[in-house]
Amino acid sequence: MADALSKLLETRDWLLADGATGTNLFNMGLSSGDAPELWNVDEADKIRALYRGAVEAGSDIFLTNSFGGNASRLKLHAADKRVRELNIAAAELGREVAESAGRPVVVAGSVGPTGEIMEPMGTLSYATAVEMFHEQAEALKEGGADVLWVETISAPEEFKAAADAFQRAEMPWCGTMSFDTAGRTMMGVTSAAMAEMVDKLDYKPVGFGANCGVGASDLLRTVLGFAAAGTETPIIAKGNAGIPKYEDGHIHYDGTPELMADYAVLARDCGATIIGGCCGTMPEHLRAMREALETRPRGERPTLDEIAARLGGFSSASDGTGDDVPAPSRQRRRRRG
Amino acid sequence: MSDEEDIILSELDDGELVEQMQDDLYDGMAEEIVEGVEILLERGWVPYDILTKALVAGMTVVGNDFRDGILFVPEVLLAAKAMKAGMAILKPLLAETGAPRMGKMVIGTVKGDIHDIGQNLVTMMMEGAGFEVKNIGINNPAEEYIAACKEFNADILGMSALLTTTMPYMKIVIDELKEQGLRDDYIVMVGGAPLNEEFGTAIGADAYCKDAAVAVEMAKQLIAAKAA
Repeated sequence: MADALSKLLETRDWLLADGATGTNLFNMGLSSGDAPELWNVDEADKIRALYRGAVEAGSDIFLTNSFGGNASRLKLHAADKRVRELNIAAAELGREVAESAGRPVVVAGSVGPTGEIMEPMGTLSYATAVEMFHEQAEALKEGGADVLWVETISAPEEFKAAADAFQRAEMPWCGTMSFDTAGRTMMGVTSAAMAEMVDKLDYKPVGFGANCGVGASDLLRTVLGFAAAGTETPIIAKGNAGIPKYEDGHIHYDGTPELMADYAVLARDCGATIIGGCCGTMPEHLRAMREALETRPRGERPTLDEIAARLGGFSSASDGTGDDVPAPSRQRRRRRG
Repeated sequence: MSDEEDIILSELDDGELVEQMQDDLYDGMAEEIVEGVEILLERGWVPYDILTKALVAGMTVVGNDFRDGILFVPEVLLAAKAMKAGMAILKPLLAETGAPRMGKMVIGTVKGDIHDIGQNLVTMMMEGAGFEVKNIGINNPAEEYIAACKEFNADILGMSALLTTTMPYMKIVIDELKEQGLRDDYIVMVGGAPLNEEFGTAIGADAYCKDAAVAVEMAKQLIAAKAA
């Protein structure tokens, strides 16, 4: 039997995902630095309100409050023994909200990065990463998540470790990476390289794409890169609502609902099927995105210039794909055998 | 590269060996760096010259290519690891010989922020450039930054934040330094994914550093400016 997300994708040519988790929770009083996952147990009503905010604004998919719910992250809050409990709670609350939505809504179990650097550069072994992701995956499954959703990943090995873990948990999944360094992930992965990696995975995702990163324009450039790679897998676009600005001791994202509405329609024109927001994206942004996706016609695939004109400029001249890849400037002298 | 001839480090003259060590740093070859350092020491090089002419010069190339988007974090981490292997031999010798210091830095993520990959990268790049760095880890309140700066006799205070919700805390630390009359004792550098130049200026930092390579350049410039 097909999973809930694949079924929705059969009937619709675009789906609206959700917006920010952190930004919303901070507005509800979460202190910066506290583990949001603890609220799945301690402040269940606020997590229900978070999920409902997205569903009522028109999201077809929402991500559970479990981004930092792996043992490596929870350990920093001395809660690494609570992985199972906190992830089950995250998914159960999601299930409850989705069931009462009155339309099909997909509960996606969010899985964030471990925060460790993998071998050989760092200390985290592939096997340990798989084990941590698997522990979280089983708990999200047990709590009733429809799909698993790994996000904000920068290292290809970590993405593959999550895929392996999800296969062990026998769960359908989606995965997004964060392209925040000159159009690549922090670890240097280009959009084209990610598309190629996803195509080669044994256990393929239902959808893949990009989340977070720099601004809406950069994110769409990345989506164009996925589309140019000729992938058959549905593409996910989850960009930030603009760029964070500092005013009077507070941070706010400068992306308006109108800008995010433009972004959503452009994302669809770029080839994305699953469209949502990330940091700074509130229910009012999602509402504007939904309305735009429902009412505005599809257009031609936009050029980079058109994207920059509508949403603002890019953070770097190139994103490492296509003909303008910077060649290593350095002539090798010689290398040892 | 098995069709190429093996290079025997000890058969190279000094100039070739230094160039080769810079290449090996670029490629993150720790064992070869250790071997190169040992050969130069045997040939009577003073530790400070090995540090600056071979290692720091090599890491400068790595830093520039990182800044220019030619190298990415994985390559830089491997280069820094190789650098560190060489430094492990040189460090005690540098102290014994009273070699000049580049400067000292205290670095940590601000209170509420547990994301330390960025500052770990800055630590490695700064060490790669010859600075002494005390990395005080995650979640630091103002008093811990200030205590560490005093204890370590730091020239530079570096603060890192990954979250928009934690970055305003940098201003609290700077205000506390002012309050205690210590602001001018330290160069304050800030960095992290959501920050920008405008934010650095708004909170009164001496420099906003877009990435680890920029941090090294800014540190060198600001130390030189302060000494002048």
